[in-house]
Amino acid sequence: MLRIVLSALLALAPLAANAADVPEYTLTIKDHRFIPAELTIPANTKVKLIVVNQDATPEEFESHELNREKVVTGNASINVYVGPLKAGRYPYFGDFHQETAQGVLIAR
Amino acid sequence: MLATLLLVFREVLEAALVVGIVAAATRGVASRARWIGSGIALGITGAVVVAICAGWIADALGGSGQEWFNATVLLAAVAMIGWHVVWMSKHGRELAMQMQAVGRDVTSGARPMTALMAVVAIAVLREGSEVVLFGYGLFASGSSLPSMAFGALFGLMLGIGLGVAMYVGLLKIPVRYFFGATNGLLVLLAAGMAANAALFLVQADVLRKWTEPLWNTDWLLSEDSSFGKALHVLTGYTSQPSGMQLLFYVATLALLIVGMRLVSAAAAPKQIPMQPPVAT
Repeated sequence: MLRIVLSALLALAPLAANAADVPEYTLTIKDHRFIPAELTIPANTKVKLIVVNQDATPEEFESHELNREKVVTGNASINVYVGPLKAGRYPYFGDFHQETAQGVLIAR
Repeated sequence: MLATLLLVFREVLEAALVVGIVAAATRGVASRARWIGSGIALGITGAVVVAICAGWIADALGGSGQEWFNATVLLAAVAMIGWHVVWMSKHGRELAMQMQAVGRDVTSGARPMTALMAVVAIAVLREGSEVVLFGYGLFASGSSLPSMAFGALFGLMLGIGLGVAMYVGLLKIPVRYFFGATNGLLVLLAAGMAANAALFLVQADVLRKWTEPLWNTDWLLSEDSSFGKALHVLTGYTSQPSGMQLLFYVATLALLIVGMRLVSAAAAPKQIPMQPPVAT
């Protein structure tokens, strides 16, 4: 069974293209809020979000619209690739502090 | 307190539904409580370890450690479920007949219980590590401990309650159809996990094709809702699946169903031809 799964993965390997230049954008978490709360990125382009957590406590960057979830521990940063996105609004939130940690990614 | 309750509930619900299905699928196995209990205990231990190592995992593999870790454990769970359902398609019929005949638990025999123990452990580990991180954050930020503990406890009980409800509901299925039904649920569970693994590989920028959402059914059922969440765990429902997720989902479904069919055809009882009475 494992062998079948592995060979299926290997068959998919050509789909993983080589690294390319990806524009980077930084989102900072401070006091359980995202700065900026609205981040504009180019539409139809893959971007790399660098989520910097300046709080001492862990957070989870999550978005259903972007289909992303990733834990970022206290005083650490993570990279999240998103897109290429159609023009539009893509809300994201911090799963561990949803009352305050809310933001929107705007692709245009 | 409400925030704690909701978060713990959502995470526990995911693990509890998986445990509920596994508990039902192992109906009739005398030693299953020990296996499932071990899986939960392993999962909780693993969750604490993963939470402690979260920073290290995140930084590993050029910052994609978390995605690789999630994708790997998910695919391991898929393989374990695959092993079990294929085994069951060979032996499920005799197990059901045996259960009907003796009306009590039968021994597990060669049944791959380790596989299901691993599935339980992985489900608990994945959801548990988030609860641990979240709890640590609340604790470190000086939230009042009693209200946090109450929230967590209620969330835990609610989640477990739904898992138990799932189990009790499944047990109502007549024995004849029972293993077919639990096998079907396990296959859907595996397909959903595979799609989720694809998501992590896309997020890590490992898989780069077919990453755009194919459709959006958020208007119909949001994944934020409890029902959407439950359906996500049980069937892999996601409102905006990418092509890659769909590919992993369909490939897993196809692989497991074909595997089950092949094994079950090979195991089908041979027809014994009627012998004409021999004249002497």
